[in-house]
Amino acid sequence: MKILRLGVGLLAAASLMTSCGNSGTKNKNGTEGALTKNAAEQVYIAPGEHDDYYAFISGGYSGNLLVYGLPSGRMFKEIPVFSQFPTSGYGYSEETKPMFNTSYGFIPWGDAHHPDISQTNGVMDGRWVFINENNTPRIARVDLTTFETAEIIEVPNSAGNHSSSFITENTEYVVAGTRFSVPVPQRDISIKDYKGEFKGALSFIGVDQETGRMEIDFQLLMPGFNYDLSHPGRDKSHGWFFFTTYNTEEANTLLEVNASQNDKDFIAAVNWKKIEEYVKNGGGKMMPAEYAHNVYDHHTHTATSTMKNEVRVIDPTEVPGAVYFLPTPKSPHGCDVSPDGEYIVGNGKLSTDLTVHSFTKMIDAIENKKFDGEAYGIPILNFDDIHAGSVKKAGLGPLHTEFDDKGNAYTTFFISSEVVKWELGTWEVKDRKPTYYSVGHLTIPGGNSREPDGKYMFAMNKITKDRYLPVGPELEHSAQLYDISGEKMELILDFPTHGEPHYAAAIKADVVKGNSLEIYDLEDNKHEYAIKSEGEARVERNGNEVHIYMSTIRSHFAPDNIEGIKVGDKVYFHVTNLEQDFDVPHGFAMIGQNNSELLIMPGQTKTTTWNPKKVGVWPFYCTDFCSALHQEMQGYIRVSPKDSDIELTWSLGDDE
Amino acid sequence: MKLASTIMVIGSALLLGLFIYPLWHVELEAPQYPRGLGMNIHLDGIVGYTKHDIRNIDGLNHYIGMKTLPKKGDMWEFTVFPLVVGGMSVLGIIIGLFGFFKRSAYKWFMAWFVLMTVLGILGMIDFNAWMTDYGTNLDPNAIMKMTDDFGNPLSYKPPLFGSKDILNFTAVSYPSLGGILLGIGMALTFISYFVGKKLSKKSN
Ligand SMILES: [Cu+2]
Repeated sequence: MKILRLGVGLLAAASLMTSCGNSGTKNKNGTEGALTKNAAEQVYIAPGEHDDYYAFISGGYSGNLLVYGLPSGRMFKEIPVFSQFPTSGYGYSEETKPMFNTSYGFIPWGDAHHPDISQTNGVMDGRWVFINENNTPRIARVDLTTFETAEIIEVPNSAGNHSSSFITENTEYVVAGTRFSVPVPQRDISIKDYKGEFKGALSFIGVDQETGRMEIDFQLLMPGFNYDLSHPGRDKSHGWFFFTTYNTEEANTLLEVNASQNDKDFIAAVNWKKIEEYVKNGGGKMMPAEYAHNVYDHHTHTATSTMKNEVRVIDPTEVPGAVYFLPTPKSPHGCDVSPDGEYIVGNGKLSTDLTVHSFTKMIDAIENKKFDGEAYGIPILNFDDIHAGSVKKAGLGPLHTEFDDKGNAYTTFFISSEVVKWELGTWEVKDRKPTYYSVGHLTIPGGNSREPDGKYMFAMNKITKDRYLPVGPELEHSAQLYDISGEKMELILDFPTHGEPHYAAAIKADVVKGNSLEIYDLEDNKHEYAIKSEGEARVERNGNEVHIYMSTIRSHFAPDNIEGIKVGDKVYFHVTNLEQDFDVPHGFAMIGQNNSELLIMPGQTKTTTWNPKKVGVWPFYCTDFCSALHQEMQGYIRVSPKDSDIELTWSLGDDE
Repeated sequence: MKLASTIMVIGSALLLGLFIYPLWHVELEAPQYPRGLGMNIHLDGIVGYTKHDIRNIDGLNHYIGMKTLPKKGDMWEFTVFPLVVGGMSVLGIIIGLFGFFKRSAYKWFMAWFVLMTVLGILGMIDFNAWMTDYGTNLDPNAIMKMTDDFGNPLSYKPPLFGSKDILNFTAVSYPSLGGILLGIGMALTFISYFVGKKLSKKSN
């Protein structure tokens, strides 16, 4: 009995040679950042061993989500989310095109920002990763059994979907806030009429605990500020959500100056439990709104897109006690909540200080009505009554803070390009380490939860410059991994990411890895055009549409000879991979096809189209080195003139 | 004599374990299958270690022209073996119970053991013959036609007992829990004869 996947051996040999070529590369900083033996050992995962953590790193303008292992910094997969991905056919195949549907039609690209992992009781449970698309506001859900995008919902009344997609303690809501305020509803008005006319929608998207399905529960129509980032309250502050704002000046032009005038902007504190209750009692009003809801089913292997036509909106002033403004200096970016829910950190990006509010003091100030005026009917709390403390002169340009499990916080400073470790309560700086260069977000596994895991922290940078071998003007962004288990942070690894990593969510591998699927069960394949055996392989003509029900198994297609196709036909290849063995995909590509290839996993069906334009005999082949006879995995299609009367026939082997 | 009868009843009853546990297993290990592919051979059919192992073994074997593994209805053995084992077990239990009343029954214990041994050997011969056919009776149009050092077609017959390297696979074949229970059961029936003999002499 035997196997012949010689191909695997050859590929392994090839990759070995490649890695030999790179292994001599040294960290160019001879002095600082040179890997000590100790650091090298810390990130070394022996061949065949597994990492301790999964890190899901956003690809930024690549539109996708990257799966990395920590501490090795090795990339395992690029999960296509908001961008077409010709590698697998995502966004090109008939099954996945609906994932890209929006109220603006088909959008082939997205800007992915902030992944967050589903939680139960404030602890990451590893069911799903949610991630936002900034440009054409959408939220996606990635399933962590298939590691594929399972759902995308568009967010109406939003623009620059940036203070997203953060998860409440029991995944009750995925929250999506708008960075750019816009007229709600959209209408033809002068841009100069911004003040008062523009609104900032904060969307609370409910998640079905069984299926993960998303549905917009309500949108809070806030004053026309810019809602930059957000975080859920947790533990004692569970039930609240905090959003940083900038441009409380409500400028509509030259924001870099005009939105930087107020000494303090706000953190908006939203009591979503109160609003949820209000909605349950019929509060709010349904407003016409057009948005797409796209769901992929991994039994039919097909996505469907549904257009929605209304959304529930809430006027915050109609729900007393639901929303308060916390004055926070200098255009805060990140809005971060300590694991116990007590501290709300405002990272005033134009300041050298970090402002920390106390949840306990905030509740007290609300109960005792310690207000300092109001904005658009929303009470502004008195700064001194809610202020817990400030980290003084911590650095330049604070952006984002995460926490460990020992009462410390770690803040990124974009301008001074460093991570600063400080202590909650004493507000004292304990350590600082440079990043290379200009760090945006940082991530600690379990970061956005009650139980952060204070072993590693990694910084995702905006500028790479000379960190790696030069590759021309356009660079992938760098990331640095630090060991944070000791008093001082220690840089232990520098690794490139793909695209622009805005943020990442990381989780213990043990929580996730056992749930990962190996194959799709052919028995459960409910695809409309699936075939379960070669016997069902066939070709059907319907006018000028031709449907080919094709199967793959090592190492042939069925059928592999087709005649009777004519110029001007529209040919659909519905390819089912009959394999039921782990990691035996087959590919499909047709010469001259104005479309991407397909990469079909075991038990899966995918469809690609081809418009034959030229008379002749044209080959197709398997693009995945599936077996020792991969090169033999090919077929021919005869294309005849439009008016030909060649009969439609198909075959495999000589037994026609 | 009670002790001998008890041993005989237990020994014969252990054969019934074959209705729950497999008789034998054959496992295939290769670089690309770090967890191995495998099949459990039950009295009434062959079952993969995991849902798709049989399909995947068949898929790989088609390259070298081996037939697919037999399904339940493909071989008379899968119908007859359960009847033989079930019948022998019941017979052994009856004989054993008989020993509680009749002293000389221990002779029957040996008769049962001899019959079961003969049947067992026939079963093994049959199993081996099937494996020989499976491993050597290959499709003449096989994709890969491998030969041994002497130019003869390579045999892909898995070992009956032990392990053997076949191309990039190591095939490992050993009895499973059902087979082990069968062995222990038969040993017990054998012992019961001597115990019965000794006790009956003593009481004489
Ligand atoms: Cu293939």
